[in-house]
Amino acid sequence: MALAFDEFGRPFIILREQDQKTRLRGIDAQKANIAAGKAVARILRSSLGPKGMDKMLQGPDGDITITNDGATILEQMDVDNQIAKLMVELSRSQDYEIGDGTTGVVVLAGALLEQAERQLDRGIHPIRIAEGYEMASRVAVEHLERIAQKFEFDVNNFEPLVKTCTTTLSSKIVNRCKRSLAEIAVKAVLAVADLERRDVNLDLIKVEGKVGGKLEDTELIYGILVDKDMSHPQMPKHIEDAHIAILTCPFEPPKPKTKHKVDIDTVEKFQTLRKQEQQYFDEMVQKCKDVGATLVICQWGFDDEANHLLMHRNLPAVRWVGGVELELIAIATGGRIVPRFQELTPEKLGKAGVVREKSFGTTKERMLYIEHCANSKAVTIFIRGGNKMMIEETKRSIHDALCVARNLIRNKSIVYGGGSAEIACSLAVDAAADKYPGVEQYAIRAFAEALDSVPMALAENSGLQPIETLSAVKSQQIKENIPFYGIDCNDMGTNDMRKQDVFETLIGKQQQILLATQVVKMILKIDDVISNSEY
Amino acid sequence: MPIDRIFKDDANEEKGERARMASFVGAMAISDLVKSTLGPKGMDKILQSTGRGHSVTVTNDGATILKSLHIDNPAAKVLVDISKVQDDEVGDGTTSVVVLAGELLREAEKLVASKIHPMTIIAGYRMAAECARNALLKRVIDNKDNAEKFRQDLLKIAMTTLCSKILSQDKEHFAEMAVDAVFRLKGSTNLEAIQIIKKPGGSLKDSFLDEGFILDKKIGIGQPKRIENAKILVANTAMDTDKVKIYGARVRVDSMTKVAEIEGAEKEKMKDKVKKIIAHGINCFVNRQLIYNFPEELFADAGILAIEHADFEGIERLGLVTGGEIASTFDNPESVKLGHCKLIEEIMIGEDKLIHFSGCEMGQACSIVLRGASHHVLDEAERSLHDALCVLSQTVNDSRVLLGGGWPEMVMAKEVDELARKTAGKKSHAIEAFSRALVAIPTTIADNAGLDSAELVAQLRAEHHAEGCNAGIDVISGSVGDMEERGIYEAFKVKQAVLLSATEASEMILRVDEIITCAPRRREDRM
Repeated sequence: MALAFDEFGRPFIILREQDQKTRLRGIDAQKANIAAGKAVARILRSSLGPKGMDKMLQGPDGDITITNDGATILEQMDVDNQIAKLMVELSRSQDYEIGDGTTGVVVLAGALLEQAERQLDRGIHPIRIAEGYEMASRVAVEHLERIAQKFEFDVNNFEPLVKTCTTTLSSKIVNRCKRSLAEIAVKAVLAVADLERRDVNLDLIKVEGKVGGKLEDTELIYGILVDKDMSHPQMPKHIEDAHIAILTCPFEPPKPKTKHKVDIDTVEKFQTLRKQEQQYFDEMVQKCKDVGATLVICQWGFDDEANHLLMHRNLPAVRWVGGVELELIAIATGGRIVPRFQELTPEKLGKAGVVREKSFGTTKERMLYIEHCANSKAVTIFIRGGNKMMIEETKRSIHDALCVARNLIRNKSIVYGGGSAEIACSLAVDAAADKYPGVEQYAIRAFAEALDSVPMALAENSGLQPIETLSAVKSQQIKENIPFYGIDCNDMGTNDMRKQDVFETLIGKQQQILLATQVVKMILKIDDVISNSEY
Repeated sequence: MPIDRIFKDDANEEKGERARMASFVGAMAISDLVKSTLGPKGMDKILQSTGRGHSVTVTNDGATILKSLHIDNPAAKVLVDISKVQDDEVGDGTTSVVVLAGELLREAEKLVASKIHPMTIIAGYRMAAECARNALLKRVIDNKDNAEKFRQDLLKIAMTTLCSKILSQDKEHFAEMAVDAVFRLKGSTNLEAIQIIKKPGGSLKDSFLDEGFILDKKIGIGQPKRIENAKILVANTAMDTDKVKIYGARVRVDSMTKVAEIEGAEKEKMKDKVKKIIAHGINCFVNRQLIYNFPEELFADAGILAIEHADFEGIERLGLVTGGEIASTFDNPESVKLGHCKLIEEIMIGEDKLIHFSGCEMGQACSIVLRGASHHVLDEAERSLHDALCVLSQTVNDSRVLLGGGWPEMVMAKEVDELARKTAGKKSHAIEAFSRALVAIPTTIADNAGLDSAELVAQLRAEHHAEGCNAGIDVISGSVGDMEERGIYEAFKVKQAVLLSATEASEMILRVDEIITCAPRRREDRM
């Protein structure tokens, strides 16, 4: 019972205990938290690396997700434990920042927690462990910078970029055609990249999927794909050199925002109203026609009459296009989104070389391709695949690949993968540990050991002897003083990651280490867990 | 203190071997369920819905069976999904794809039990699938240039598809019908343009393909029942009360006389509209929406045939067939394209009156009238015909065909076997397993026909040892025969889709080493 006494000696209760609350304090709290964190990391451990396994997740509504993307697994897992939720957050923030390495970061954090537990048993104070970790992470990040390599590419020679994306994709189910998907991803990023400012806006890349066909049919479209068809079945399906009016006002009589009523009390009024109505439609269509539009894309619906008028005047139209898509179309075609018919001018029209409708499969599904746009800074990756889960997983994989390509354009430094960077860091941290005189030395050593767990997991998942392989690679790195030896996951016969072309971005790796350390520090600092016992 | 729960209460987690076991068992159960429907002598299933009325469906179509199952096993759901996709993409082979995926997993289970890592199995399966596909590509027959032969191919494919269905008795008749219908589409895959009308009564043999167009509607009373050289206006407009569309408009009057006046004005408006429509110089008017009695009467007076409430597809098809444009405004009659046809008449099928449009300008759409003893028969006949139409329309675009009757599987198995012998390493076990899974399909076909599958498959394998052999299982005579002679053909696209999606699905399931089931969302009990 947490009791305190005020200055008159009267007791008052700070925290009501017993029935309603359970409370863990001190070392128990830390142990419990570490156990929860480890449990989450254990689930992800087997998904790491090119030979990692997938997880099948059944959602609350019975829907199935099959994935090996760490962030997705954790997101869908629906965890209840507070510490486990922290790990989920960790993976998510890696996803937001970098987009790749979401599994690795959790595995690393799990290993750090495991090592921390051992240090706790030795009687080292959690704060000292946290401080030691902090120092070690600084050493590791600096070392990463030292072993990082510059990575050269330009728009005409994007082969190195493709190789990096291939590494990312090789751990996913899509690795059957990783090469073509990597090329698609790189081309997409290069198409929207601003190489001067070294910036890539991934919002400009739309990833669409449709069930059916095979993975090899996945294509990159220099333009926009809209999951809609023409509003009238008899409108032309193919428009060359389209001038597109992008509207956010419906082809319907206007609805003033203020509440109003039009009262009809005489026959004359009825008739004028009728005329007015016809005029409305006529004017609307005429206005579009006058500015020279050859295609209307509208966010809202059309009245039947307007629809026919459009068709009649040979003005193809698409209705119910979503807001995001509308924006993308506007960006791609260089048009402006027009909220009112009165404001339509020829300059505001977007331009596209070809607009065509394409149908798929045996069902009546059509999509609209808008290609050869005036401003080609928006592209679409159109994924085909055997089933829904496959498409979802491909979408996630492509997203990862896109992020990697973007990071490389932002920052050209890379480190070699296959666990080689972790091993190199571990060696550097281990060497640095001896220089610290305090208790932190132990924590720093523990950090080095935790770093080893990533290559260890890689080796385990690839069916190699983990301890044997790791020690062999480690000694090789020291002997030859080359930090590029890693785990040979693909059974290629060489440990040299430069030859295997396995690399990751420097910022990705650095971020992994920093984020994992931060979260572990946070967990270590908790010494009191108060929760409602009902849960 | 150990933390035992990181998930919510009802959630549950299965790991490693247990997870793999759960998915293998689930997938195999599904595959065994549909296995008995495979092949020309496959049996049907009765599906009873849990909904009101407990309606009953009798079917042999894999996708239909699986769609109506309530499944809890995640791996089984993957198989249901691939079957559904197969249905959407190519329309046929929905059973084969599930059976093949099930067999692949059955073989994989044995390999896992003998301590081969799933990733190795996947690598082997992939190589095998690629090799199998190439083997098929080498043996495809393409008769695209020869129109007469191509038609024969299509006929044979249709017959092969239909022979496993309820229509097998009259397969020549229906195959002829399906091929004719598909040729009318002129290469488009839009099956919406083929309308299937089901009328109980008569026998399946009485079903027919009509080159014209049949609309399941009645002609208004007092209007001509037969029009020659019809000019048709296809419309989508309100013919009940044409309400004012300006927002917020309403009628407010202060006396009875005014009500009458407004009513008069409304009537006048409708009359104007009808006049405008008549001014198009038409003698038939088809509307998607209702036509009230008043305008209907006006049409009847003008001697125009007015058809109301034709549904949306009906309108679209009619537009396609007659070449008319679907109109909603009627102010410029000179520029609206009207539809034409030679003859509109009311015909009787069974006891129902239908409207028949014949001699249309553009024959892109057509109708198939199915007759049969009961609704169940008709439903199943429709599904079968739909399968055949899907396959045919896909084949028109991709004209490569293969022989049927287990022939493709044996060809693939032979090549894959050879690959296994050439491959070093553990992968070769997986490749060998792949070939065994392929052979399971002809085995199942033979088993379902009550034949001695072991004997037949062994014989088949021996025959296939020779280069360029056309042997397959002839279920009708119960022996191994030359498939080219018997005219059993299948579309290449179907086989390829079966192969690829089955491999993909089994790979997906094999990769899983943990199943996490979330707590089911709590629903309010509405009972």
